[in-house]
Amino acid sequence: MDNIVEVNNISFEYITEESKFKAIDRLSLNVSQGEFLVIIGHNGSGKSTLSKNLNAILLPSEGDIIIDGINTKDEENVWNIRQTAGMVFQNPDNQIVATVVEEDVAFGPENLGLESKEIRKRVDESLKSVGIYELRDRQPHLLSGGQKQRVAIAGIIAMKPKCIIFDEATAMLDPSGRKEVMKTIKRLNKKENITTIHITHFMEEAVEADRVVVMEKGRKILEGTPKEVFSNIDKLKKIGLDVPCMTELSSELKKEGLNIESNILTVDEMVMELCQL
Amino acid sequence: MLKDITIGQYYPSDSVIHKLDSRMKLIATFIFMISLFIINKFWPYFIVLVFMVGIIKMSKIPMKYIFKGIKPLRWIILFTFVINIFFLPGDVIWSFGFMNITRQGIEQAVFMAIRLILLVVGTSLLTLTTSPIELTDGIERLLNPLKKVGLPVHELAMMMTIALRFIPTLLDETDKIMKAQMSRGADFESKNIINRAKNLVPLLVPLFVSAFRRADELAMAMEARCYRGGYNRTKMKEALMTRNDYISCVIQIVYLGIIISTRFI
Amino acid sequence: MSIIVKNLTHIYNEDMPFASKALDDISFEIKDRDFVGLIGHTGSGKSTLIQHLNGILKPASGEIFINGFNITNENLNLTEIRKRVGVVFQYPEYQLFEETVAKDIAFGPYNLGLEANEVDKRVKTSMESVGLHYDEFKDKSPFELSGGQKRRVAIAGVIAMEPEVLILDEPTAGLDPGGRDEIFGLIKKLHENHNMTIILSSHSMDDMAKMAKTIIVMNKGKIEFMGSPRSVFKDNVKRLKEIGLDVPQPLELAIKLRDKGFDISQDIITVEEAKQEILKVMRGRKKC
Repeated sequence: MDNIVEVNNISFEYITEESKFKAIDRLSLNVSQGEFLVIIGHNGSGKSTLSKNLNAILLPSEGDIIIDGINTKDEENVWNIRQTAGMVFQNPDNQIVATVVEEDVAFGPENLGLESKEIRKRVDESLKSVGIYELRDRQPHLLSGGQKQRVAIAGIIAMKPKCIIFDEATAMLDPSGRKEVMKTIKRLNKKENITTIHITHFMEEAVEADRVVVMEKGRKILEGTPKEVFSNIDKLKKIGLDVPCMTELSSELKKEGLNIESNILTVDEMVMELCQL
Repeated sequence: MLKDITIGQYYPSDSVIHKLDSRMKLIATFIFMISLFIINKFWPYFIVLVFMVGIIKMSKIPMKYIFKGIKPLRWIILFTFVINIFFLPGDVIWSFGFMNITRQGIEQAVFMAIRLILLVVGTSLLTLTTSPIELTDGIERLLNPLKKVGLPVHELAMMMTIALRFIPTLLDETDKIMKAQMSRGADFESKNIINRAKNLVPLLVPLFVSAFRRADELAMAMEARCYRGGYNRTKMKEALMTRNDYISCVIQIVYLGIIISTRFI
Repeated sequence: MSIIVKNLTHIYNEDMPFASKALDDISFEIKDRDFVGLIGHTGSGKSTLIQHLNGILKPASGEIFINGFNITNENLNLTEIRKRVGVVFQYPEYQLFEETVAKDIAFGPYNLGLEANEVDKRVKTSMESVGLHYDEFKDKSPFELSGGQKRRVAIAGVIAMEPEVLILDEPTAGLDPGGRDEIFGLIKKLHENHNMTIILSSHSMDDMAKMAKTIIVMNKGKIEFMGSPRSVFKDNVKRLKEIGLDVPQPLELAIKLRDKGFDISQDIITVEEAKQEILKVMRGRKKC
């Protein structure tokens, strides 16, 4: 089985007494083991609703989601799904349960009913893996935003998931915190082969993904490698999203008749490209 | 501002007392409280004092730090002292109109004051040497047998943990909201009590809204981490009784025995 | 409205063993109707400075004058400061508390002691200036609005006090690109149409390069640089990186190109400028 996540034509509606709102509209998406997928879209595009569906916090009103072979509608297996597909949320303050870092990381494994020796081992491993082992005795509220978010990530890693969904996990951080967390996410993906679904509206975080999906009004409107997706500058701007600075520059230069690739993503690429002219 | 408040006033150290199992310390505190109420004359207080000073020395907590804890309670102690000294009948020593000071009154007042001070110091030793999380853990384990009669022990302990975790966060938030509303002209320092009460609305409403939002998000995050109540849940730190715990147990029994026997001497 | 800050020092937890200097002998001057970008990472003293500018924090030493008016004066009525300086804090939507949008916006003006009809007028105009239609939104509960709308209501609540200086602490934190552009557009409009002096703190160097007339870079409680974006970014790339800040990407490109032997100007901070400069260099090369 190649696909760890299979989203088959799902729709999701929020229903209140007065109104119905379709947050996801017939969406299909497969994610293969070890992939680094970035989902971008502005607020209200349905990306957060999708992430909650992937973790069985919400269930699709139509269609099915299969996580590692298990349908999210299968109530008996809901805990298996949550262990397989861990989730890191936006606000670092609102997902840390315990008053000591290592106690918080232990929270997930404790819920799984593991033996205390095994929990201890996993807690130490995951703290080291996200680089905060030396903070294990600290109180979470005294840490920086980036550190808190890494505590949250360690808490998920300790449950040994195959896949982690980051639901705008960098949105509330300052630039240094964001870099810190992105480095951790990438490391886990490359070194520990954890499938990563990163939901964000920072374009520069999408640049290094294997695949980018752009969502708008609950639908998938663009999909492909970062280069393929960001070459659609006009379309992205029209729905109110940014384009990496260098991509914009390269397309402007091309319009002026310079013989240059129009989908350059980073400064270094741009330098290389210009040197070859 | 508000962040400076320390909760639980835990004094970190690696003393023998700190390392004792929190259940033992909870029981010891309970025994200590009982012992104070068993005592019916002055001289056994001396035994209690020696016992307590011994523990304080072992806990490596500076005396000064401990007596800081009594300071806020000095008014309560003074109040009980005054009540006792004036309102106990007996051999009159002094008399102001309808109020009499009696010999029994003075005795009783001093007796109660000592009892109260020892009580406060003794119980504060528990929170000074035990971190809040160990304390909740200890309470949960001690109360565990009560699960059978339907007491939601695990849930209570979890609530305590979450409360401890979020107190600093919410204090921080209060600080921020206060500053924001002050910038909009809210006056939290007004001398007029009615004005001050009115100004609490712009502070409390956002605070409640935010607390509910946090609670909602936290609940979701906990479920996403497979939390399903106490069911099938284990602990990373297993409570293992060490030799010191057993020794402390013996000491506690001996101590209680001595105190009880003083009643008959 | 000029702002003069003289030798401002602030110490947190004074008289305690862990006292820390959040502001260390800061002096600067901001001219009337300037648009100032305040840059510095978390803990650099930015927020502490902002809270001094409207009297929420009192300095350990030093003075602040707003148009000649000393706001660090001990026995000053705070209302006098509020009339002059408005602050929009980070995530300002969390300060909303009233039943309706209009009532919430009116909170500030009422505290200034204004008459009811004046307050109504201000609520109306401030709602229009943040782009919320008065009749449509005035009776709505602030809690049922979208994130971006809530933030605009909060900003309107400060604007309605008609301050001469408007300070915004990371007003776009947590917003998506669309929401960010909306807020920035609104601030620009306030600056241009209402003659407000603006002080804006942000983490995005590219945004600062585009908008600010003056930039103040703070580090460890001191002012590291102050000047036009061009001069600050151009001459101090190495130092900015040392203190953990980015430089605008177009400038970074220019520097890297120069290292590779391109004869390109370093006076670049926007994409448009980069485009012009690169075209100049490349076309010049083709001719030879």
